[in-house]
Amino acid sequence: MKSTSETAERETATEAVPAATARVLPPWARWVLLALAAAAVLYAPFYFAPFRVFQLTLVLVYAVVLLGLNLLVGYSGQISLGHGAFFAVGAYGTAILMRDGDIPYLLTLPIAAAVTFVLGLAFGVPALRLRGLYLALVTLSMAIFLPPLLKRFPELTGGSQGLSVEQPASPAWTGLAEDQWLYYVSLAVAVVAFVLVRNLLRSRAGRALLAVRENEAAAEVMGVRPSFYKTLAFAWSAMLAGVGGAVSTWVIGYVAPDSFTVVLSINLLAGLVIGGLASLSGAVYGAFFVMFVSSVAQDISGAAPGIASGLLIIAVMLIAPTGVAGLVRRLTAAARRRLAKE
Amino acid sequence: MSGFFQQVVLGLGSGAIYASLALALVLIYRFTDIVNFAQGELAMFSTYIAWQLTAAGVPFWLALPITLAVSFLGGVLIERLVIRPFEGGPELTVVIVTVGLFVFVNALAGLIWSFLVKSVPSPFPDGALDVGGVNISLQTLGTLGVVAAVMGLLFLLFQKTKIGLAMRAVANDPASARLVGIRVGRVLALGWGLSATVGAISGILVAPVLFLDPNLMGGVLVYAFAAATLGGFDSPVGAVVGGLIVGVAETLSGAYVDAIGSDLKIGVPLAIIVVVLLVRPRGLFGHAVVERV
Repeated sequence: MKSTSETAERETATEAVPAATARVLPPWARWVLLALAAAAVLYAPFYFAPFRVFQLTLVLVYAVVLLGLNLLVGYSGQISLGHGAFFAVGAYGTAILMRDGDIPYLLTLPIAAAVTFVLGLAFGVPALRLRGLYLALVTLSMAIFLPPLLKRFPELTGGSQGLSVEQPASPAWTGLAEDQWLYYVSLAVAVVAFVLVRNLLRSRAGRALLAVRENEAAAEVMGVRPSFYKTLAFAWSAMLAGVGGAVSTWVIGYVAPDSFTVVLSINLLAGLVIGGLASLSGAVYGAFFVMFVSSVAQDISGAAPGIASGLLIIAVMLIAPTGVAGLVRRLTAAARRRLAKE
Repeated sequence: MSGFFQQVVLGLGSGAIYASLALALVLIYRFTDIVNFAQGELAMFSTYIAWQLTAAGVPFWLALPITLAVSFLGGVLIERLVIRPFEGGPELTVVIVTVGLFVFVNALAGLIWSFLVKSVPSPFPDGALDVGGVNISLQTLGTLGVVAAVMGLLFLLFQKTKIGLAMRAVANDPASARLVGIRVGRVLALGWGLSATVGAISGILVAPVLFLDPNLMGGVLVYAFAAATLGGFDSPVGAVVGGLIVGVAETLSGAYVDAIGSDLKIGVPLAIIVVVLLVRPRGLFGHAVVERV
């Protein structure tokens, strides 16, 4: 019961924001704000040092993955503790194609997407019979099993050494450095993914997903087939994780089994929760978190990131179940009310 | 043939350890319908406490009760402070919170005791019994004995004491239990405390075999999940039987199926989980959940 009212509140909040903003700010002001934000995002690779650009690129990659995870966890209410595995399949698939196949690197993206889509579909069928905790268990199993499996076939995957691939170079006509080029490529992928997911959620399928999440029996009575949409959500979600994986191989130029342990899957789920479940912008906030936690973990190999993310997960669930996205929404709503009064 | 029985005995030894952690999982699930993903990490933390005490010169048989008492209190505190606000909430939230607890406790142990591997002395003497050509080490016998004793004590607690009766009432129906005057909150806290204690025993049993580090229980947790799934998540007897079956299956397949070997052994519990969930989701001894729409 609690879940229904909470999510309902979440939904109305999402709907209310654009309408209310329009009331306070004139339309041209919204466009100006949007244009400024877009300009900042486009200018970023010229402003920051290459390493920061690399980190921002990773944020874009994780944002795509979290968008997919959100589709599954936030919008269709199924738990995955193993999304790192789909990410890994995308990343490894791309690395293997770039090593063996003589194809342009951009072509690896649709291939990775198709493979992970089919994989997600195949996985979504048994997942139908499992709910909640059991699904969490099975997806967790998948994430645990993948690294030893990758090490098992060294001819294909490079074993525990992993695979290095030649990173895509920026075309000469752009005059961009490699890191800047990769940033724009990732940005393009992320923007396309966001637009697609946004439209998807507003379509018939999106409404069906929400209906199934809120009350499966009621949705079925209304003529929505829960099994169809839940399986489809799994496939889309896996596909976006695979796309993120493919782009991450371009950006990092290296894959190894130990980058795709169960810790990655847990970090992804943590990032999603902290960023905000069932919110598009939550994926971006969450992506910053995932990037931060994984890079800090490399800098100081210690306990700090674990302690921070463990505490954050519990605190967010306790204090702000809608995550950072929900907090931002509440703050802007409060600011708007104040503006409207004056 | 004696080689085969030797493997079975080895499997029973590790199976007993999985059974004890599965028992801890099942205890919490019975009372709160929560699967505690942090169960293994709590057990690992308790093991560190025992190690710290013995390293400071406390004799093992004194360190053990202290550790168990601390674990019990820890379990109660976690239920009160962390879990209570989420009880009865959506399953997704609860799973995420225990995953958060998992990450936190794991890192906390790393912060306090570092991630270096420590060796832990076994509480049981070395040596083995020879039964018809099969070596049964005292370690294995001791582990099986401890798990049997834990099982027996839990049985006595639940069936023969007033507290046990109250606990069964809460597990059965919290609302009705509250109406007859049982303090449900206290019983739940007690359940978490008990579960943490049982988990601590499994950690102390496994540490001499696997060596102690903050990731001690990560693998064991997967086996315990398989054991609990196989036995049925709401059945303590099922947890123990499931644990023993998983242990034997793991050792036998590691020994006789070449494709599995030692690196892919983790696939055995995972396959058991998937197959059980697809074929008989309630497990061997569990009860099917009937949902009223």
